[in-house]
Amino acid sequence: MTAVTHSIPTGDDLDVVPEEGGALDVLRRGLRESPELRAGIAFTLLMAVTTAAGRLIIPILIQQILDRGVTGADGYRPEFVLWSCLVAVVLIAAIAAAGRITYLRLVRAAEAMLYGLRVRAFAHIHELSIADHTDVRRGIFVSRVTSDIEMLAQFAQWGAISWIVNTTIIVGTLGVMAVYSWQLAVLTVLVYFPLIPVLRFLQKRQLAAYDEVRTAVGDTLAEVSESIMGAGVIRAYGLRHRVRTNLHRAVDRQYRAQMRAATFFSLMFSLGDLFGGLVLAAVVGVGVWMGPEWGLEAGTLVAIVFLVNLILSPVQELGEILDQTQTAIASWRKILFLMDQPIEIEEPQAGVCLDPGPVTLDVERVNFSYRSGGTVLHDVDLHIPAGANVAVVGETGSGKTTFAKLLCRLADPTDGRILLNGVDLRDIDRESRRQAVRMVPQDGFLFDTTIAENVRYGREGSSEAAVIGAFARLGLEWWLKRVPAGLGTRVGERGENLSVGERQIVALARAQLADPGLLVLDEATSAVDPETERALSHALHVVAEGRTAVTIAHRLATAEAADLILVFDRGRVVERGSHGQLLSSGGVYSRLYESWLGSTRPGR
Amino acid sequence: MSTKHSVTRRGLRLIVRFVKTHPWPFAVSVAGAVLYAAAAVASTVVVGRVTDSLITPAFAEGVTAAAVVGGMVALFLIAALRGTGVVVRRYFASLTEARMQMTLRQGVVDKYLDVPLAYHQAKPTGELLAHSDADVVGMTLMIKALPFSVGVLALVAFALVSLLRVDLYFTAVALLLFPSLAVLNRYYTNRVEEPSTRVQQEIGDVSTVAHESIDGALVVKTLGRERAEVARLAEAADRLRRGRLEVGRLRAFFEPMIDVIPNLGIVALLLVGAWQISRGAVTEGELVQAMMLFTLLGFPMRVVGFLLEEMPRAVVAVERVDRVLGAEEAAEYRAVSSESLPDGPLEIAVEDVTFGYDGTAVLQGLSLKASPGETVAIVGSTGAGKSTINQLLVRLAEPRGGQVRLGGVDLSRLDPEQLRRTVALVFQETFLFAATIRENITLGRDVGDDIVRRAATVAQADRFIRHLPDGYDTAVGERGVTLSGGQRQRVALARALVGSPRVLLLDDATSAVDPVVEGQILDGLRRTNDMTTLIVAHRLSTILLADRVVYVDGGRVCASGTHRELLDVPGYEALVRAYEVAEHEGSRRL
Repeated sequence: MTAVTHSIPTGDDLDVVPEEGGALDVLRRGLRESPELRAGIAFTLLMAVTTAAGRLIIPILIQQILDRGVTGADGYRPEFVLWSCLVAVVLIAAIAAAGRITYLRLVRAAEAMLYGLRVRAFAHIHELSIADHTDVRRGIFVSRVTSDIEMLAQFAQWGAISWIVNTTIIVGTLGVMAVYSWQLAVLTVLVYFPLIPVLRFLQKRQLAAYDEVRTAVGDTLAEVSESIMGAGVIRAYGLRHRVRTNLHRAVDRQYRAQMRAATFFSLMFSLGDLFGGLVLAAVVGVGVWMGPEWGLEAGTLVAIVFLVNLILSPVQELGEILDQTQTAIASWRKILFLMDQPIEIEEPQAGVCLDPGPVTLDVERVNFSYRSGGTVLHDVDLHIPAGANVAVVGETGSGKTTFAKLLCRLADPTDGRILLNGVDLRDIDRESRRQAVRMVPQDGFLFDTTIAENVRYGREGSSEAAVIGAFARLGLEWWLKRVPAGLGTRVGERGENLSVGERQIVALARAQLADPGLLVLDEATSAVDPETERALSHALHVVAEGRTAVTIAHRLATAEAADLILVFDRGRVVERGSHGQLLSSGGVYSRLYESWLGSTRPGR
Repeated sequence: MSTKHSVTRRGLRLIVRFVKTHPWPFAVSVAGAVLYAAAAVASTVVVGRVTDSLITPAFAEGVTAAAVVGGMVALFLIAALRGTGVVVRRYFASLTEARMQMTLRQGVVDKYLDVPLAYHQAKPTGELLAHSDADVVGMTLMIKALPFSVGVLALVAFALVSLLRVDLYFTAVALLLFPSLAVLNRYYTNRVEEPSTRVQQEIGDVSTVAHESIDGALVVKTLGRERAEVARLAEAADRLRRGRLEVGRLRAFFEPMIDVIPNLGIVALLLVGAWQISRGAVTEGELVQAMMLFTLLGFPMRVVGFLLEEMPRAVVAVERVDRVLGAEEAAEYRAVSSESLPDGPLEIAVEDVTFGYDGTAVLQGLSLKASPGETVAIVGSTGAGKSTINQLLVRLAEPRGGQVRLGGVDLSRLDPEQLRRTVALVFQETFLFAATIRENITLGRDVGDDIVRRAATVAQADRFIRHLPDGYDTAVGERGVTLSGGQRQRVALARALVGSPRVLLLDDATSAVDPVVEGQILDGLRRTNDMTTLIVAHRLSTILLADRVVYVDGGRVCASGTHRELLDVPGYEALVRAYEVAEHEGSRRL
């Protein structure tokens, strides 16, 4: 059974995308960001217009044959009929070819654009400061490069083409109709016009209904996932009936929401037929009554009837894709907004390279606050000599983790500076910084590959012997023998095939292989089994040897062994000194230590 | 796995199942579809009649106002009828779909509550969630297309009948046209199936890479692997792009063709029609009617294609859902006979029990006894089967052999309700529901505030709970506060104690609690003498608090006695020393 640790959702600003500018602004900006879409767009549009115009062939042919081939002044003219039909067949084939070309070009451009946008957005996410990577945002980021892009993809496959082709058909049809009889064209527009507000009204209601469906689906999923994750508790405490009632209620609510949405969904689709009937009746009525006066002919009116029919499905289709368009535009806006998020860490053009070996660390009056406000670090001022082992202790929220992140330049100080061997961290070359500074984060995240690969990420291109050597140096060779396939063991998604403690073992081996001059260690807080615990304690000790090490300590033993202990409290360093010094001074640290001593005398 | 043919057959079987489960909404929906088909064909007849009796005469001898109004009303009414057919079909198809989804979803979630715990342990949460959601949707997706497809068949039939009444030659053109549309559809569906399945897979791949990489952003940054990660995503995205292009190429062929065929049909009609009109065999209106009919047919033919497209997906989904629905229920819920327990604290007796998961033996003839009121610590290395003992005692697992008895009664003969009231198990991994602290403690049991407070006090949780913003009414979980591991464990303990259990099982349930606090908790527990307690423990301090220690190794009890007595047992001594060293080396957290 897995326990869920839920974080407090903090209504993230990234999810509240400002609705500046209309759909056209988004389109304009989007086109600017995606050159793939602009390439050859003129020719594609030309082909699209040709394709759409091709739909007019049939009504024109009907009119020509009826008026000039059958009922005209000359009566039946078989040659004229045959020739016009032949021309029509050739045109139909040509138009089909144009349709294929249009479609292919659009798909190719759209897919290239989606690919480019996705990769660029993803790269941007990884370039954002780690301060932007909060728990809440992680989910947002993932949906930007997955579901939001997929939304655009769906639109690109149907919606975009539909817009181009259908608007061309509508405009073209009305144009031809106007040539036959401008009065009837105007009439068609007038009778069709009310469809737009009615459609928009229904659409708004429908969108709201779909929102409800989504919420209901989310609620059902939450209930189901609770019943799965809490399976043990539910069984052990006999809660099945209660949970079943809740589940059924959620499933039922989802059903009701679905049916509410279905009502609008069904109504919307009948509108096309209804208005189509209205237009047809109006055009025929007026055409028959006034037609002779306006100089129309029977064949022309029949052609107009076909033209009216021809507009019917494009109008309906546009109505359908309207909401798909809205969601696509919203997604596009969100992705563009993500790309607007400033990258705060700017790498130097020609950075300084650090020499290998332990690093001297100077922290000068460093302040740090998150963009959302709230100062996390106040005037932190430190000197740490090369090769020193420093333990950082303090309560949750004291700023110690942020301090560690600044040392690795996962974010830059708001004020003050951090110097490595006397060089400002911001002036150090990216690659050199990565060689010199290594962090072992707390969560022990691993990539879904083998143990060997995960360790090798510490130093690309290392031999297998070097990887094994890193384990051996930390006294962890025995552990390799214990895992099923040794170095070749696959760790699973996020390393989940391994226990928390084992993931830390891999992370430490990786740090050992990297051999940095400054090691920043964030000790894990979660308890692991005693065997692994012992091995980890030893490895943590060894990995810090021969380099400057800053450890966010959760184990007292780590603090005891450190050359220097820094006690953080509300963003300030309130105590500093060795274990002995801090104990005799009787401050925060000594109180922590007292409580620890009290608790190691077991029982009564 | 299966041939094309059997997919269709299984798809048809699925359709029969839909119809059988919710026959009425389905029938009404089909009626709507047939109404639409009839009205659609009738509207071409109306247009044809209007052409002959209104349009043609209007430009020759003239028409009466009444005839004009009549024609207009007929045109509108027939369209309104068509619209009604659409509404009825769509609404009732949605109703069939939503009801079917509800039925299946309830079945799946019910099953999740009824299967043994081992079922959940063997499958990742995501997979189980997918069965209740994505698979149910995938299975029912084709329902919407189903009545429409029946409607299309009706449309084709009506169209042929109406053509036959007009002209034999027109019918011949139609007979050439419709099958070619059907063949084209079939060809397209066959060709597109494989690449579009692949595209679905590739969408999943892209999402997996994005998820993993963004979740591990910190590690990616600290390792400087940003570029490698972007390349990894780019590769997956490119595969998806190429897959979509392949589907696009097929569609670029199909889409224009589906337009071309009816258009060619109309050209043929005009050719034949002009000649027929000149011979006086048909009227202009009848030609118009036939042409109108042809323009109607392009789109509905696609619906059949859509149905066939969805079928393989539905068939795969139904297999997965059926596997869930067919899972065996936990033995406990099938229990028939029930005996009652004696009063007072209960004796625990595990007798020669064997247990294992597919092939691996966990317990091999384990026997263990705890006298009424006794506190027994179970000690053993990882994987020795300690947790399994606890699970057997609440019937989260069933022994393969041997017996588990409580107060002399075999558990399999005990009323499950009584078992729940009597025995409380606290897990190491605490699960809290997204609800208030109070609800998490009471779990819906009818207990007063004083009892909740008392249980929380013994669990050393009362003080911190009262300091929370809303005290006992503070929400935890998704929309509430985050508690530390130790706090969560204490809430879980209060949850167990609030039911005044007569047997308490602690499965390393205080591992994240500070040892000082843990000592206070265990002290409090000992003062309530009417409880038999089993504690799985890692800490020496915990072990020392027990009346007796049972040392488990290799699925058997190796030794039993006081801690001091057991120190002579070599395995036990080494293990406890290891705990001690680990504790001293710093398992103590700051």
